[in-house]
Amino acid sequence: MTREDAFTQFLLQMGDNTLILGHRVSEWCGHAPVLEEDIALANTALDLIGQTQMWLGLAAEVQGDGKSADDLAFLRDAWDFRNVLLVEVPNEDFGRTLMRQFLFDAWHSIQLGRLMKSSDERVAAIAEKASKEVAYHLERSADTVVGLGDGTEESHRRMQEALDYLWPYAGEMFQSDEADAEMVKAGIAPDPASLREEYDTLVSRVLTEATLTIPESRFAHKGGRTGAMHTEHLGHLLTQMQWLQRAYPGAKW
Amino acid sequence: MYAQMIKSEATQDDPEKLAAFQARIDAGEKIEPKDWMPEGYRKTLIRQIGQHAHSEIVGQLPEGNWITRAPTLERKAILLAKVQDEAGHGLYLYCAAETLGVSRDEITEMLLDGRMKYSSIFNYPTLNWADIGAVGWLVDGAAIMNQVPLQRTSFGPYSRAMIRICKEESFHQRQGYDAIRKMAEGTPEQKKMAQDALNRLWYPSLMMFGPSDKDSVHSAQSMAWKIKMNTNDELRQKFVDQTVPQAEYLGLTVPDPDLKWNEERGHYDYTDPDWSEFFDVIKGNGPCNVDRLAARNKAWDDGKWVRDGLLAHARKKAARKHAAE
Repeated sequence: MTREDAFTQFLLQMGDNTLILGHRVSEWCGHAPVLEEDIALANTALDLIGQTQMWLGLAAEVQGDGKSADDLAFLRDAWDFRNVLLVEVPNEDFGRTLMRQFLFDAWHSIQLGRLMKSSDERVAAIAEKASKEVAYHLERSADTVVGLGDGTEESHRRMQEALDYLWPYAGEMFQSDEADAEMVKAGIAPDPASLREEYDTLVSRVLTEATLTIPESRFAHKGGRTGAMHTEHLGHLLTQMQWLQRAYPGAKW
Repeated sequence: MYAQMIKSEATQDDPEKLAAFQARIDAGEKIEPKDWMPEGYRKTLIRQIGQHAHSEIVGQLPEGNWITRAPTLERKAILLAKVQDEAGHGLYLYCAAETLGVSRDEITEMLLDGRMKYSSIFNYPTLNWADIGAVGWLVDGAAIMNQVPLQRTSFGPYSRAMIRICKEESFHQRQGYDAIRKMAEGTPEQKKMAQDALNRLWYPSLMMFGPSDKDSVHSAQSMAWKIKMNTNDELRQKFVDQTVPQAEYLGLTVPDPDLKWNEERGHYDYTDPDWSEFFDVIKGNGPCNVDRLAARNKAWDDGKWVRDGLLAHARKKAARKHAAE
């Protein structure tokens, strides 16, 4: 794999994570448990879509074949997406949505902190801007996970079920391959595996406060960040997200 | 204009106090929550501010219907920002209503069980992407017509909420016009979507101002109290006069064959909406009434465990803090 291909893959991983999670979060619009959550969910989705514009914009620039961020978002098929599986699993109840957000935000904040020191100035600049937004995402999702984990019997049960379901999707964020090795060599991005210790400390502190139990198994689903095998859910998400662009090719919106 | 057919309450207060209250309003003073106010004024305002707040909340649904299908990242971001603003408007308005002695939970329950209304416009569906542009252009445009004068309304918290809301609404209206302009100048299919949106949303937008003045029995008292600043027909005319040239600029046809400029009046003559359809929608028979209310009820019911959980946690935390002190 050339350095340029590895760099493109890395940028797609960043941008596809925020795109797909932003889409999932935006599905809540008008349906949240309380008005403040409607506002917070829309705000989170908006930040993630804004970050997508930057990451996919840079990916398109690095690819250099005249595509735009919109072309990448709306005209690729599932096998070309490089997001982790965690962000594409359906929302289900509010508990699973917020647990997914927390497990992602914890990784995202650590990752962006490292990327602020990237040898590529453009990556460092995006990370710097995004990290301010993500610090707030993490604060909110952690607080909510604690509040619901240590709330009523029902909220505790639902949060534990959410954690049990989602935990096997957390490990993929720390898997490394040759493209990652290339990024480390170039000083562009850290080795994903090197984030695990800090992540485990953070997640364990919050989940303990939430009175929740982290599953013992370290089994991890994989295939999203390499594109080898997504879940069945991604295709459905894309049929909705990409519909107008696919149905009316070439139209300007 | 998210409040329609607000019945003003008859008032049975001390005539001297009433006269002094009216004198304050006539002098342009703001009434603040702790000031004395007639019971009718308070109740009418709760109904009006509540209906406006509910409209912001239910109004998320027809727009949310397109967030997951927005055709570009920028359009998706703009729409998310707009819906977030609207939820925020709902929040300020519920706070304004709370200063009148009604809690957000109480007023929410009244929406959910049908005792309180929201604007008729949100009982119409959004069927193609141009509807999102049309909602900004026409629906927010109609809302602004009413809300700009309400910045001068007599009740302080309501007036201040309106000042803040109007700033954001004018951005919504501009983005809506920009979105539909893109469609009107686009491919034949996009132009068809824009025209289809205008065809379906024109008359429901005119209905937003409420029935004709001759049939509107509640206006006089509300106007004396300065919680209604203009008559329904005045605002409707102003909206038509502003919007028709914009439609012409876009190359779209307003679905009213009798629409024409009246040189003598200095206004457009236009066809009134079908008021029997309006009253049907108000009674619950619009295309989306049942689904909109069901969606809000489901969100509230499904969210109960979350609200209960967070409340229980807050209490535990307070108790632990107390025990530690």
